[in-house]
Amino acid sequence: MPVQHAPPPPVEDEACPCRDGMFAPRGADRRRFLFAAGSGVAMGLSTGRARAEDNPPAGARSFDVPDDPTKEQGRAVGADGGYGSRSQFERAVRVRYPTPNENTSWSLTPLAALVGNLTPSALHFERHHGGIPTIDPDRHSLVVHGMVGTPKRFSMDDLRRLPSVTRKHFIECSGNGLTEWKKPTLKTVQGTHGLLSTSEWTGVLFATLAREVGLAEGGAWVLAEGADAAVMTRSIPLEKLLKDGIIAYGQNGEAIRPEQGYPVRLLLPGYEGNTHIKWLRRLEVSDKPFMTREETSKYTDLMADGRARQFSLDMDAKSVITFPSGEMRLPGPGVYNVTGFAWSGRGRVQSVDVSVDAGKTWYPAYLGSAPEPMCTVRFTFPWSWDGTPAVLQSRCVDETGYVQPTRQQLLAIRGDHGPSASIYHLNAIQSWAVASTGEVSNVHA
Amino acid sequence: MSMRERVRGLGPTAAALLGLAQLVTPAASQTAAETRLGVGKPVTEVELGAYFSIPPSGKGLPAGHGSAKEGAVVFQEHCAACHGEKLQGNMAPGIGADRLIGGRGSLASETPIKTTESYWPYATTLFDYIKRAMPFSSPGSLTDDQVYAVVAYILSEGHVIKTDETIDATTLPKVRMPNRDGFIPDARPELSLYR
Repeated sequence: MPVQHAPPPPVEDEACPCRDGMFAPRGADRRRFLFAAGSGVAMGLSTGRARAEDNPPAGARSFDVPDDPTKEQGRAVGADGGYGSRSQFERAVRVRYPTPNENTSWSLTPLAALVGNLTPSALHFERHHGGIPTIDPDRHSLVVHGMVGTPKRFSMDDLRRLPSVTRKHFIECSGNGLTEWKKPTLKTVQGTHGLLSTSEWTGVLFATLAREVGLAEGGAWVLAEGADAAVMTRSIPLEKLLKDGIIAYGQNGEAIRPEQGYPVRLLLPGYEGNTHIKWLRRLEVSDKPFMTREETSKYTDLMADGRARQFSLDMDAKSVITFPSGEMRLPGPGVYNVTGFAWSGRGRVQSVDVSVDAGKTWYPAYLGSAPEPMCTVRFTFPWSWDGTPAVLQSRCVDETGYVQPTRQQLLAIRGDHGPSASIYHLNAIQSWAVASTGEVSNVHA
Repeated sequence: MSMRERVRGLGPTAAALLGLAQLVTPAASQTAAETRLGVGKPVTEVELGAYFSIPPSGKGLPAGHGSAKEGAVVFQEHCAACHGEKLQGNMAPGIGADRLIGGRGSLASETPIKTTESYWPYATTLFDYIKRAMPFSSPGSLTDDQVYAVVAYILSEGHVIKTDETIDATTLPKVRMPNRDGFIPDARPELSLYR
């Protein structure tokens, strides 16, 4: 991640779907009607068919919309070629952060548009340092060597023959929210928190591979290397890999997406995203870290005394409200279902609290599913808005007892050192201000 | 008395139970080697020669050498288009190349400038990274001599080594970067926020 400069905030498209929710975007979008007056005019009632759009949303195909779908046959079975696509009325997309270079860049998940807990594979955030490689799985293999008994090469077929695990975990880039340390900068939750995604991952435990090669005495670190143009490398503590590291080839019930490391990636539950090496081709066991570029000049946090923190690997407990969130607009006083995500890299989410008065009073939120280790959980909180200005916050408590801190608490410990110095691992409580007009904005409270 | 002898003296039911136990017991006492599934193909040293990752010790550095003078030529041809003729970097759209020199002494200031000269703790990382991922438009295309040379050039322009020093597998790990002691393993002091 280029940290020598502070990249400009993205110029947000007027019709950007990241303004999802209550803020009516331009163009056809059923959500614009969600809180509209509900009149026939607003609903665009007409007779006959609506013509298919020329430019369907990414990942969708456009079809004519019949006036009454009960009065004519729908599309033929199999007409999609055997692989489905989303509805043409669903428009949420990842948005690329405007880094100078499109090959070494990142895209953010539209968190406000997500339903439930899992991130659709096609909306999983991306961080690439040399573009997305195209890899033939028949020509790809994983070499495990270094301080081992028998160095071995595992083909993709080999990996599938080994016992597998299937676990739900989040991945969060440690740069998530890097624009938000100094002042509220990006306007939507996609911008402030979109480097977070959750999938069900399937693969082989590293411990299983370790047994196949046999570990030699003295091994303490493992270099993981990708097969992309960056030949990305990170040094991982062997202890972590043995504990719960997964060599993952499956994501949400199918093969991992190319952007997520097809055909195989490393999954290190709760660790910063950069360590989950994609397109994994090599693991080298060593006694010391290799001090690669990414773990020295990048992904380190420069403190005010001029020294930098290194190997900040665990992602601490965090949460964010996705509805209502920045750039949305509540149509008026009434009951709203406040909702969002909470997660911790150190275990399960224990509880989530919500405040509507900038943290003066906290109420317990409802967790929508049983929390799993190093996995997001969806929380909800019914809120009756009286129409006066409010500041919404959520805070996560994880099973270790850690309470998600305020930004002030973090700054008191880390210092406030330059926009390009300490940018990673911002897990502070997020504040969304609701104005009396219903407009929601990103604030520091 | 051995297990087998003891079994002989028992009734058929007890013997059957013990037989079952015998079936289970060996699994619990298997050695690590016996639990291996035999999946994966051993790789040879020759095959492993296709990979590299250079730690601060310099282990794995290839043969070859280069000087700043040679590196200046390599740099102008392969690197300057993005990183600039004076190694100043370029954040223009479509480029996004880091600044390579300068910034020494700025890390504790309000406007820290992180470059290979001011921030990178190990010179070996420079070799490793250039060899694996540079030039951006043609990663991994430089010869080992060219990598050594361009590393020498960047270090020399950053006044980390003298202009006439030769960089090779022996000298590179000995180069002491200005910010060598600037990194501390993160103790995560925020964990004091435990309730």
